[in-house]
Amino acid sequence: MIVFEKPKALTDAPLHYCPGCTHGIIHRLVAEAIDELGIIGKTVGVAPVGCSVMAYDYFACDMVEAAHGRAPAVATGLKRCMPENIIFTYQGDGDLASIGMAETVHAATRNENITIIFVNNAIYGMTGGQMAPTSLPGQVTQTSPYGRDVTTAGYPIRVSEMLSTLEGPEYIERVAVNNVKNVRAAKKAILKAFRNQVEGKGFSLIEVVSTCPTNWGMTPSKALEWVETNMIPYYPLGVYKDKTAIAENEGKEG
Amino acid sequence: MAEKVLMKGNEAIAEAAIKAGCMHYFGYPITPQTEIAAYMAKRMPKIGGTFLQAESEVAAINMVYGVAGAGFRVMTSSSSPGVSLKQEGISYIAGADLPALIVNVQRGGPGLGGIQPSQSDYFQATKGGGHGDYRLIVLAPASVQEMADLTVRAFDLSDKYRVPAMLLADGTLGQMMEPVEIPEPDVTPVEKPWAVNGTKGQRQHNIVNSLYLKPDQLEKTNFERFERYKQIEENEVMVESFMMEDAEYCIVAFGIAARISKNAVIAARKKGIKVGLIRPITLWPFPTDTIARAAEQVRGFLSVELSMGQMIEDVKLASSCKKPVLLCNRAGGMIPSPEEVLAKLDELIQL
Repeated sequence: MIVFEKPKALTDAPLHYCPGCTHGIIHRLVAEAIDELGIIGKTVGVAPVGCSVMAYDYFACDMVEAAHGRAPAVATGLKRCMPENIIFTYQGDGDLASIGMAETVHAATRNENITIIFVNNAIYGMTGGQMAPTSLPGQVTQTSPYGRDVTTAGYPIRVSEMLSTLEGPEYIERVAVNNVKNVRAAKKAILKAFRNQVEGKGFSLIEVVSTCPTNWGMTPSKALEWVETNMIPYYPLGVYKDKTAIAENEGKEG
Repeated sequence: MAEKVLMKGNEAIAEAAIKAGCMHYFGYPITPQTEIAAYMAKRMPKIGGTFLQAESEVAAINMVYGVAGAGFRVMTSSSSPGVSLKQEGISYIAGADLPALIVNVQRGGPGLGGIQPSQSDYFQATKGGGHGDYRLIVLAPASVQEMADLTVRAFDLSDKYRVPAMLLADGTLGQMMEPVEIPEPDVTPVEKPWAVNGTKGQRQHNIVNSLYLKPDQLEKTNFERFERYKQIEENEVMVESFMMEDAEYCIVAFGIAARISKNAVIAARKKGIKVGLIRPITLWPFPTDTIARAAEQVRGFLSVELSMGQMIEDVKLASSCKKPVLLCNRAGGMIPSPEEVLAKLDELIQL
């Protein structure tokens, strides 16, 4: 009896990610969600520019490689012409919260029926560790060598909180993948974000607090600790918006 | 035969695109092309298509990239500053070998420039515009009828060669009204086995992509693409020659400048000057052979443009500078009169 195997929504291509990077876990969770919903044949994924730029080789569904930050716009195009298909983007913090902020906000406010997996590891990984829009105050990076100075570089953006102020989006949740309990919660959230789309509910974004041991200059296990001690306090986990749950609660109260 | 209707050039583009099977339009307001978006906003919801006012030109062209990747006919339109913003996406569309239509109803520049007609995006349209080695199929209408006809042609060529096409018009053509017969083309969908529309469990996954980290592979895609460009250059040139049979002088002009030049040719002929007009309809591929043949026949060329002189470089190249090439131009939204063209023609004759 097979009790554990690679999801069908992942190809056999070896991942290029650094040792200890949590992209591998998140890829797996996305692939499991696709498998469990039985939607691989009608799913089209959009890869970003950043560490997950080659995600198109790893997911077994049809894939598009987007320009930096433009994945939500590309996904909008795909969804509008193929409303029966399932469209997801997989984006990092630089891609989604810096260069692609406009595309992100407007896809959310239009409540595009797409699923966004937003991997927040507080740094630009692919280019070698520069300050990201989500780098923490004081965080040392290649372009904030003395630590992020909020007086000149501003404050890190809490994307989930910000987007949840919009009327549009259906579902926004922040999760983490630094321990087994959190990974299980992340899986549940990602599955829900895809199911929402299948059910036509609209824009779902899951922010996944993630690690970058290489560019944080830490061992993989130290990086997982740093998520707990530094990242999660600034980026609290939880559901920030869930229109369906709110509507159901109001129904009960009424 | 369909009846003729009185339409603005911009509206003719929009209706012809729908007739060509384009069910998806993404754009952002900018003068002098906004009628295209307004027309699409009215029509698309009625026919089950997409009209989406994007948050920016950048977003609009990337929505186009998505739809093109899925294998559907799709377009966006803008005017010069907005088309500059689209260049990133156009380069990606070219790099991923996707068919799509981009309409540029040009206005004066650089920068915010003005809102009056111009042809100063010739370089941007025909020489690349975005980063990397690529071409667009560039069609230059000179009447409202051609705004419609060349829109259909652009979709066909783009699908045939998997090369994005640009309709390069200007503010005059976009705003003016003329009788037009909207074409009713055959829109049998072209097979697109590369499209990302879901594997349906029946094939390996398709990938729409322009990233090749191995240089030998990237080089290969470039060479392969340029083989297709060569075919386009060999087979798809469109050019109108007017009174060129016995011409001793040749005006070269496209779009609205060609219409003004035609009047100048007629006026000059009345004065006994043997002048003709070559009007490139495809700006890329450029009618190099037609110009080269003319260079054997005429004493000189006059390039008439609504710019500081851009196409003139291609005229000089195509004619191998065998004969003098003068420029008659206005810029910044100004339009030359037939009299100004005639005056410049006199200069050419005096050389």
